[in-house]
Amino acid sequence: MYVAVKGGERAILNSYRLLAEARRGDPALAELSVAQIREQLRLAVDRVMNEGSVCDPDLAALALKQSRGDSLEAIFLLRAYRATLPRLGYTEPLDTAAMTLWRRVSATFKDLPGGQLLGPTFDYTQRLLDFSLEAAGEQPDAAPEAAVDSAAVARVVDLLNEEGLIEAERPRDGDPAPGDLTCEPLSFPAERALRLQNLARGDEGFLLAMGYSTQRGYAHSHPFAGEIRYGIAPVELVPEELGFPVCIGEIELTECQMINQFAGSKLEPPRFTRGYGLVFGHAERKAMAMALVDRALRAEELGERVESPAQMQEFVLSHSDALEAAGFVQHLKLPHYVDFQAELELVRQMRAEKVA
Amino acid sequence: MSALIAVAAEARAARIAPARESHYNFAYLDERSKRMIRRAILKAVAIPGYQVPFGSREMPLPYGWGTGGIQVTASIIGARDVLKVIDQGADDTVNAVNIRRFFQRTTGVATTERTAEATLVQTRHRIPETPLRAGQIIVYQVPVPEPLQRLEPREAETRRMHALAEYGLMHVKLYEDIARLGRISSTYDYPVMVNGRYLMAPSPIPKFDNPKMHMNPALQLFGAGREKRIYAVPPHTRVESLGFEDHPFERQKWSSACALCGSGESFLDEVVTDDRGGRMFVCSDTDYCTRRREAPA
Repeated sequence: MYVAVKGGERAILNSYRLLAEARRGDPALAELSVAQIREQLRLAVDRVMNEGSVCDPDLAALALKQSRGDSLEAIFLLRAYRATLPRLGYTEPLDTAAMTLWRRVSATFKDLPGGQLLGPTFDYTQRLLDFSLEAAGEQPDAAPEAAVDSAAVARVVDLLNEEGLIEAERPRDGDPAPGDLTCEPLSFPAERALRLQNLARGDEGFLLAMGYSTQRGYAHSHPFAGEIRYGIAPVELVPEELGFPVCIGEIELTECQMINQFAGSKLEPPRFTRGYGLVFGHAERKAMAMALVDRALRAEELGERVESPAQMQEFVLSHSDALEAAGFVQHLKLPHYVDFQAELELVRQMRAEKVA
Repeated sequence: MSALIAVAAEARAARIAPARESHYNFAYLDERSKRMIRRAILKAVAIPGYQVPFGSREMPLPYGWGTGGIQVTASIIGARDVLKVIDQGADDTVNAVNIRRFFQRTTGVATTERTAEATLVQTRHRIPETPLRAGQIIVYQVPVPEPLQRLEPREAETRRMHALAEYGLMHVKLYEDIARLGRISSTYDYPVMVNGRYLMAPSPIPKFDNPKMHMNPALQLFGAGREKRIYAVPPHTRVESLGFEDHPFERQKWSSACALCGSGESFLDEVVTDDRGGRMFVCSDTDYCTRRREAPA
């Protein structure tokens, strides 16, 4: 006997309760606080802030707690919250040369003004599981103070700039203010400012794979990690009623300047070009992948042939958003029985004709 | 404070029909976003079948689950509207329940399962069997607004094709279907021409529903959140399903009638009743089926 699928509402409410129970886990164990997540799972928090497009570690940590540690779900929560926030204004461009640095490395020069500063990095840890962390009560020794005088450590690209060896990135005369991807839909071809906005909130795994593909023969661009810097930068805003910039706080940032070979064209002499990555918090992998993809997407502008996926704007920019991708892939869970019924009838008909 | 607690207790007690949440604006979206979406809707109505790009917002439901339809509904719904939400023709499938609950929570408007009583119908994959009338609005959830996307994935190209009304690619695809399979193989999301000008994706409704769009007295709005497009078919507009003189558009037919209400004119779902090949066919439109069974014989 056919029983209609009734009681959907009660099933949904019950799923909420089961979810809450699963989130809490064993109630005999202490509950995680949002502050603990913010402090001890900071890199997860940073990823949620980046792809969630909100620089707020507390909200990102709350989202991670609510989502049981699922990054994409946490990003979703933050984005949906973000959509309800009023837009108060746009900040002045950040001056990353004025960052207070916690880490700064360049792969292109052995030494340079300001020096190399490893900072808190996994890079040279030997990846051995540290069983001492199993026991609670870790009290790390006080870390040494950074010896860098970070007051204005020139960016590596600026050092190259003096010789004219690398393209200067100055806004052209009459360069319009950049659009805002979160208010206006992207249209193609998209200008670089909008592309970078898209990449900054793009899925880290997707960008990593796209960037990786450029290193394996799909749009090779001879990259060098010119500089990676991580630290804090002041944020300034010009309130309308004041008319001059006011510092409204500081944010943690990771910046990557990728330097790429460029053989020159009929119009331009050989010089280095750039790919750029900038993200909230400490997210080097993302910043580097972003810089590789940014450079690949500049193919058309630099007169290179567009033949690989990483160079194709529509391919990259239309598929980079984790929310869009996760939503559409998972919508296959929704009922499709009407469409399936229509296909079923067609296949039956065609099979019947074949047999006849 | 005690008033707040009382409200919360009341909300808990009335879980099935929650009162409007006061933490969010009416219908969730802020008024500026709604205005932006309404402008896109007006443009869409003015150019039937044309896909208007709009600044789609992140909604608290996932992309691909109806965010476009939800944004359109949120922008036009008023306190006195009566809302019906269906998925696969049914009011009680979990996704329809969830979206209806979302609007109950954020607007507090009355909801109904009766097509005739609704002022606003949000739908996924079906058009109700009960004919719509003037003054009603039907909002379709659209996953892929671009009918040419499967033939040409580059949007810069498809926009150009629409601008030039250059739809040869689609006709060739339909012709190839006939040459290979003896028929046009699209059974849902079957392409239509709107007002003799724009090729349009009717959303994944079965082609059975396509003729209902033609000269419909209700306003038909289409929202695609992930793809950031809105389009419309104004009341009394021509909507023609593509076909050829010797291979015209054909509507699906069933050899059986609904096992519950006996209708021989509705779209039927096939229900598996046992593991020995037992099947029965019932109306996909649950409201239509219920009304027919309730009606005095």
